[in-house]
Amino acid sequence: MTEVKDFGRLMQGNEACAEGALAAGTKFFAGYPITPSTEIAEILAEKLPQVGGKFIQMEDEIGGMAAVIGASLTGLKSITATSGPGFSLKQENLGFAVMAEVPCVVVNVQRGGPSTGVPTSPAQGDVMQARWGTHGDHPIIALTPVSVKETYELTIKAFNLSEKFRTPVILLMDEVIGHMRERVQLPKQGEFEVVERKKPQVGPEQYYPYRDDGTGVPPMASFGEGYRHHVTGLVHDETGFPSNKPEMVKKVLDRLHKKISDHLDEIIMAEETNLEDAEVMIFAYGSVARSAKKAVNILRKNGVKAGLFRPITIWPFPSTKLQEHFNRIKKVVVPEMNMGQLVGEVERAAAGKSIVTPLNRYDGELITPVEIVEKVQEVL
Amino acid sequence: MASQERINLLAPGHRACPGCGAAVALRQILRPLGRNTIAVSATGCVETFTSPYDQSSWEVPWMHSLFENSGAVASGVRAALDVQGEKDVNLVVISGDGGTFDIGMGALSGMLERKDNVTYICYDNEAYMNTGVQRSGSTPHAAATTTTPSGKKSYGKIEYKKDVPGIVWAHDAEYVATASIAYPQDLMRKVKKANEIYGPKYIQVHTPCCIGWGFDASKTIQVGKLAVETGLVPIYEMEKGQPVKVKKAAEKKPIEEYLKVQSRFKHLFKEQERDEVIKELQAICNANIEHFGI
Repeated sequence: MTEVKDFGRLMQGNEACAEGALAAGTKFFAGYPITPSTEIAEILAEKLPQVGGKFIQMEDEIGGMAAVIGASLTGLKSITATSGPGFSLKQENLGFAVMAEVPCVVVNVQRGGPSTGVPTSPAQGDVMQARWGTHGDHPIIALTPVSVKETYELTIKAFNLSEKFRTPVILLMDEVIGHMRERVQLPKQGEFEVVERKKPQVGPEQYYPYRDDGTGVPPMASFGEGYRHHVTGLVHDETGFPSNKPEMVKKVLDRLHKKISDHLDEIIMAEETNLEDAEVMIFAYGSVARSAKKAVNILRKNGVKAGLFRPITIWPFPSTKLQEHFNRIKKVVVPEMNMGQLVGEVERAAAGKSIVTPLNRYDGELITPVEIVEKVQEVL
Repeated sequence: MASQERINLLAPGHRACPGCGAAVALRQILRPLGRNTIAVSATGCVETFTSPYDQSSWEVPWMHSLFENSGAVASGVRAALDVQGEKDVNLVVISGDGGTFDIGMGALSGMLERKDNVTYICYDNEAYMNTGVQRSGSTPHAAATTTTPSGKKSYGKIEYKKDVPGIVWAHDAEYVATASIAYPQDLMRKVKKANEIYGPKYIQVHTPCCIGWGFDASKTIQVGKLAVETGLVPIYEMEKGQPVKVKKAAEKKPIEEYLKVQSRFKHLFKEQERDEVIKELQAICNANIEHFGI
């Protein structure tokens, strides 16, 4: 037999997200069409029924997020996908999922805002909304892919983190990554980790839905499995019933944050390129990091020791990883397709040790490698 | 106050697809309303094709709000007109079936409950055409869309078309009518009538979409007529204290005649077992014919 060489396939970013969700074992999508995320819904509408799953196009974005919560509490790995305007509508339910510790994945393929904004040009204007879009002090995990292949990998990772830590995870894509097509060779099933949520090891009589088992993440029974499972967005004690005792309020909020902050090594991912000897760092994420990588190559050819720090996890923000470089690298350029959002976090991490310079575009166009090169030359 | 002015208040040169039913509806809606009108639209095809960058086809004050809020925005406009003593301004909402049947249902319901003096017109092209043909609460049973694809096991949309005129009527609205662009005199008369009644009014206009339904752009009116003549889309009006008035069809056509001219239903003619689905659609038509006396 002749050997068939696997050349991979041409795939769109949104398609990679849908395929990644299926590979992670999702059985449920609920959402509402919005460009530039609609392909994720369309593909899952066709494929989920084929794997015994369910797709529901809901009446609006709020319903999409709410149905995801309902399905996850009833035992399915669940996902929704949207863009800025829909992400705004989902915020209240997103906060509920944080509070009630409901694992789920929320994809936001960013386009220009505010409001209906610029459909559908690329933007990174929802970075702070991903962090603080829902009200109150809350932890959140947000991942941002740079390529079609990484979209696939991070969709799986998003499910894994959400299942492990019983928390919503945001996959923050942008229009370029969602709509671009690249040749990809995807890993086969079994070649990547798939995490399932931790189930109770005790009988229904001994089960407390929000009792910390020492890991910070309570085991989760599904609705219908025979366990008493009281769920509320109110502050609750370990039984799940509402409580407004000051010590209980503090205890719950501390645990919600600590279950994330105690496991940063598992959550925070970043790619570092040419930083060992760099005199200037470019900090870039999402599609802008592609231009930044090219800029590093151009600068190196011209004798400028430039390097790239690309956060893959943007929330929690990778401050510690960044700070390792600031003792030596004194110049940082932060290109973003917004008016300057993550640059504030970089400045906070730099704490005056390095000079941080933003480079912003918010006109619906990409930041080009040349623009980054010019900005670096300007600050050096 | 209705207008007798013979003017097209939808300026030419807009970006609707050739054969667009919604564009035809829009022209017919604006004619009896006249210049003394404020229009509010949700996101959708009409919003997009009437307002490409630096051009507007609207000869009247118009605003694009969001997807889910045109009923509530209109309530605010009417309240402001009232506060400022402006009694004779026509206020119309022109939103699609997505913004009406689904995401905007709550805002519409609130507007109706408050008895706000607004004529809410839904142009019904039976799916989310602006984002690329996804199903809506208005999409008829068995139609294929990108989120209700047909295939070996799927015959398209499982659910049935939502009865929004019935829902509006249940709010004790002053006037509820359905219409079709295939019958322009009927549509314009209903808009004029609704506009002259004080309180919340609702008109649902059937606007075939050649791109989303899959028929030739020259057949928009014919397809619209077939929808009515088969009984699938009943055309009627309900006014408080008055008997229901229904558009009769002299010759009732079998549902196949409507289905076979549209690619969104072509899968029904490929598999033997799909005969049952066609029979079900015929039963819906028969029930409409009996219920409304078509």
